Amino acid sequence: MTPMTARRRRPAAGYAVVLLGLLIAGAGYAAITEAGSASATGPNIAASAQVSQGRAIFLEECATCHGQFAQGVPGVAPSLIGVGAAAVDFQVSTGRMPAKEPAAQQPRKSPQLTPPQIKALAAYIASLGGGPPVPTSGQVNAHGANAGFGQQLFTADCAQCHNFDGAGGALTYGKYAPPLTKATPTQIWEAMLTGPEAMPVFNNTTITPQQKRDIIAYITQTRSEPNPGGFSLGRVGPVTEGLVAFLGLLLFMVLAAMWITAKHRKTPNE
Amino acid sequence: MSDSTAGHGPGEHEPGHDLAAGGGETQAAEGAARRRVIGTPSPARSRMLLAETAAGSTAGLPEVREPELPADPQDMDDAKRAERIVAACFVLAMLAGFGFIAAYLIFQVHTVTGTWHSNLALGLTMGLSFGFMGIGATIWVRRVMPHVDQVEMRHPLRSDPEAREAFAETFADGTAASQFVKRPILRRTLIAATVPVAVAPIVLLRDLGPLPGTVLDHTVWRKGMRLLTYGANTPIRPADFSSPGGMITVVPDGFQDDFNALAKAAVIIIKFAPGEVVYTTRSAPADGFTVQNWTVDNIVAYSKICPHVGCPAALYEQTTHHILCPCHQSTFDATRGAKVIFGPATRPLPQLPMTVDAEGFLVAKSDFTEPVGPSFWERGNSS
Repeated sequence: MTPMTARRRRPAAGYAVVLLGLLIAGAGYAAITEAGSASATGPNIAASAQVSQGRAIFLEECATCHGQFAQGVPGVAPSLIGVGAAAVDFQVSTGRMPAKEPAAQQPRKSPQLTPPQIKALAAYIASLGGGPPVPTSGQVNAHGANAGFGQQLFTADCAQCHNFDGAGGALTYGKYAPPLTKATPTQIWEAMLTGPEAMPVFNNTTITPQQKRDIIAYITQTRSEPNPGGFSLGRVGPVTEGLVAFLGLLLFMVLAAMWITAKHRKTPNE
Repeated sequence: MSDSTAGHGPGEHEPGHDLAAGGGETQAAEGAARRRVIGTPSPARSRMLLAETAAGSTAGLPEVREPELPADPQDMDDAKRAERIVAACFVLAMLAGFGFIAAYLIFQVHTVTGTWHSNLALGLTMGLSFGFMGIGATIWVRRVMPHVDQVEMRHPLRSDPEAREAFAETFADGTAASQFVKRPILRRTLIAATVPVAVAPIVLLRDLGPLPGTVLDHTVWRKGMRLLTYGANTPIRPADFSSPGGMITVVPDGFQDDFNALAKAAVIIIKFAPGEVVYTTRSAPADGFTVQNWTVDNIVAYSKICPHVGCPAALYEQTTHHILCPCHQSTFDATRGAKVIFGPATRPLPQLPMTVDAEGFLVAKSDFTEPVGPSFWERGNSS
């Protein structure tokens, strides 16, 4: 038996061969798909370079669920014709789209596309017709807005789902109103205007742009409010505070009572 | 058990013990001679007693009485260690107490944030002070004091016959001396004086009323009253509220700042896409109830007050068209006259009849056609 044969017959050799095979297959597949996506950018129907770039990104990232022409697939994903650039910017910049897998609700995660890619994708979807545009930074600038009035509006029409300070809350069948702790002013604006997922739409004629800025001012200002006592406890109001106080103090008092009354030493009398 | 710590000397017992035992005079004399610890009772009840016992001690009575409690714990080394821990706890309690005073002086309360900081510091220092005192006291009892089980026998609560007889005599004598029986005018006027005091609480029950009458059956909504967006107080044209999936809280014009009125009159309006609203399920024709289309341009108005216990039911999911109540998860189908599809609510959210006025703004056609909010006794049929 040669030394080479001996090495081939060791038990670990089998695993090593399988691993190697998988690596080669994976790398080859990646190379093929890379080439395929590159070729998709070739034929273009749209006029501007940005729209064609957006079309390419769409085919790569979105078409599997939303269909080749963004027409939607019943039971899988909605049509994106007419949703507008604001909806695209909201969904993609919050990382909700492209989705990893179908779910009751997509969680916020780090964005999968770069800002120029998002811009191109939004331009392509907007080119299909209709929908609100992405707001300018000046439109969403809440500097000087009335956060107090924003609170009044927020408590009337937002707080029922998002909680009074934007901590979020549960809805039905796994859906939920997300916490607003990370949403940027642009994303808050876009969410109000487009009504992503289960959220109602608050268009600019019912909640005016100035009122939207007031609401943004309230949401962003609330984040910097101090937490008296040092712990936020989720900032969902007195319920958690009461629960923590009740359970924590109850446990403490039971343990203290046990310690005070415990007999741990025998005495000569016993 | 605390008796044993009041003083280490066996001479510091209650005088009753000393007398009953017929001894201990020597110890009392010694206790008097020793420097007494501040805050502990004097071993002697009076100078007379002290003189007597001091004199008695010379009469050669037993020198050492068997104490009821052992003066020292079994494990002296452990007690010594515990003593240091207890002393450390008390020192920490003292420092925390000074910290409380310092916190009061340092943290000013003229701002909201300042008040939070002050409350936190005051609460923490006071809690630490009391906490260390308690911990110290507990360790003291558990490890420094001797561990003894003591039994106190129960005795009947009833006084002895002599005391009872004496009380009866005193009462009879007092009654005679007070002239209560002999002078009826005093007796009767005194009784009359107490009558209004007894009657007054019954009269005060009037404040539980008046009965609400038909107030609960109505809200402030009237025919032609405009729907205003809450907060901005602007009237709404159907064209302004044109995005399907839209929802907004509205209030009656003229009552936008009247919170008592809004507690019942708050309304949400919802905009649907054409064809989404189903009109015919609000009430079956068999009920003899004419099904009416109170919507304007696919806009529907529902009371915001949940008919279960009156929470603001306004969690609207535009994908499912469900309205949820946040308190007990009652769920209403907004496309089907807010029919209850889940939860403890027993009837749909009342719908506000709605139309547009001459200027094209949304107005109420009338008040709600049924009482809004939770059930009440006079409401009758609860469904």
